[in-house]
Amino acid sequence: MNLPVQTVGLTKRYGGLTAVQDLDLTVRTGEVYGFLGPNGAGKTTTLRMLLGLVRPTAGTVRLLGRPVGAGQLAEVGALIEGPAFYPYLSGRENLRVLARYAGAPAERVPLVLDLVDLAGRAGDRYAGYSLGMKQRLGVAAALLKDPRLLILDEPTNGLDPSGTADMRRLIRRLGAAGCTVLLLSSHLLGEVEQVCDRVGVVSQGRLVAEGSVADLRGTVGLRVLAEPLDGAAERARELVGADRVRVVDGALELAVEPDRAAWLNTELVRAGVAVRELRPRERDLEQVFFELIGKETADVR
Amino acid sequence: MSGSFQAELVKLVRRPAAWLLLAITLVLAVLFTYVFPYAGYAAGTAGPNTGRGLPALLPDRLVGNALGGLPVFLGAIVLILGVLVVGGEYGWGTWKTVLSQGPYRLAVYAGKLLTLAVAALVVVLAVFGVGALSSALIAAAEAQPVHWPGLGDLLIGIGAGWLIATMWAMLGVMLAVALRAVALPVGLGLVWMLAVQNLLTAIAAPLLDWVAQVQKGLPGPNAGSLAAALGASSDTPGVLSTVGGGQGALVVAAYLVAFAAAGAVLLRRRDIS
Ligand SMILES: Nc1ncnc2c1ncn2[C@@H]1O[C@H](COP(=O)(O)OP(=O)(O)OP(=O)(O)O)[C@@H](O)[C@H]1O
Ligand SMILES: [Mg+2]
Repeated sequence: MNLPVQTVGLTKRYGGLTAVQDLDLTVRTGEVYGFLGPNGAGKTTTLRMLLGLVRPTAGTVRLLGRPVGAGQLAEVGALIEGPAFYPYLSGRENLRVLARYAGAPAERVPLVLDLVDLAGRAGDRYAGYSLGMKQRLGVAAALLKDPRLLILDEPTNGLDPSGTADMRRLIRRLGAAGCTVLLLSSHLLGEVEQVCDRVGVVSQGRLVAEGSVADLRGTVGLRVLAEPLDGAAERARELVGADRVRVVDGALELAVEPDRAAWLNTELVRAGVAVRELRPRERDLEQVFFELIGKETADVR
Repeated sequence: MSGSFQAELVKLVRRPAAWLLLAITLVLAVLFTYVFPYAGYAAGTAGPNTGRGLPALLPDRLVGNALGGLPVFLGAIVLILGVLVVGGEYGWGTWKTVLSQGPYRLAVYAGKLLTLAVAALVVVLAVFGVGALSSALIAAAEAQPVHWPGLGDLLIGIGAGWLIATMWAMLGVMLAVALRAVALPVGLGLVWMLAVQNLLTAIAAPLLDWVAQVQKGLPGPNAGSLAAALGASSDTPGVLSTVGGGQGALVVAAYLVAFAAAGAVLLRRRDIS
């Protein structure tokens, strides 16, 4: 099977510093994969190795089933760590030049400019672009080849909220159209949560967790605000078991399936407890992220 | 590869700095080869170049006059062009942008070399062009008969100029790849061409025999010998018959290949960050 991205034991050392260590990364066809990690975790270094810009110290890379370097990066589009273009050319000319390198037809240029909403300013010199416009041009360049695998390193850097929402929509649309997307991010976990099918978390060069967003969030539960709190806690312990009930910040946290909410509500009310609020409790990705990274840091020390 | 070549060509043609360099080249060539010597001749002042007198400025001396600047000062400008074409990618961080579109590194590099070879030819042809124009004007002003050099001499001259110019451009390329920048390679390249070479010739070589021997293998003196063999005046800095014209051409060609190859090896091996 030709996996879009498959690395085995990928390692990169810069002198004494190990930027990426023993990374086994697998991205499946048609998914949007989020590659998360704090600053300096090794995300961009991994991406550079995927594209053959940086030689791995050890390990192998295959993109769309082909080893890197054996052929052109056919059907792969990428934006690496911030856009870089020729300042004396316009946005459109920049893309035309890149299309020649890519062997992509020049007709793709207006198309991708439209996709990133830059058509109106495409004739202006790149040097005069705002940060957000530069970023959009970077994404446009990544789309030039109509790639089957699209790799975006922090594509929403410098974009305003509406630009970010546009980008999210674009990524979802590409994913729906069968394009595999590898999305790198150090922040904007909310964004990642909304667009990614699976995420991998990397910390200090190592993959510390991988799975669907739901997997990573782990067990969910219910959060209950009720009066009186003590009575509610007592009744809840009888209903679901003492080990599944915790009192946190004046609220009950129950480790039960969220679909038991209605039943629980009925039982609590029947016991004379006034339920003010009852909603699913989810750890957000940010929390999970911090836990994962924190744990990893502790391991290393 | 042809896509890379076209892309490089577009980038160079659209680049204002490239045209500025060409303009400076032509202005310098006309000023120092024709305007100043002619003004000196017309005013009757004696100077290092006036001894040659009017005959040196006439159309039949076109080949030597056009080649005179290439061993040093026009060569220095072509070197800057070489640095710009490659070093710009480091300065703007555009290597990653280009390479993530998929071309092989060496295909992009070959496109750059080919573009520079074309640019060097354009520079040499333009220098010959403005030289022809200037000498024709002088001949007309002085009511002298106009005899152009034979076609064979002209082609050999253009070829030699092209060889020398491309060699300097390749030195610029190699320095840019080695230092991964623009400013430092330009600075070092110019220091070598304008200062070190002259110091070696003027000070070290007359004193030490081994320096004089080593000089015979350096690119500058060989380019200077080639230009001298084709009629460039030895009053021009860098033009000096240290070796024969044929050897000069061979050594210059060897340097051209060596610079290009060294750049290729470095570019292929190193990480792009
Ligand atoms: N060329 C290089 N030379 C030396 N060290 C490097 C080089 N490139 C990266 N590193 C180091 O490798 C580590 C990983 O860097 P990388 O750019 O991959 O991080 P990242 O996950 O992309 O971070 P960010 O979220 O800040 O973009 C860092 O410690 C960095 O300093
Ligand atoms: Mg990064």
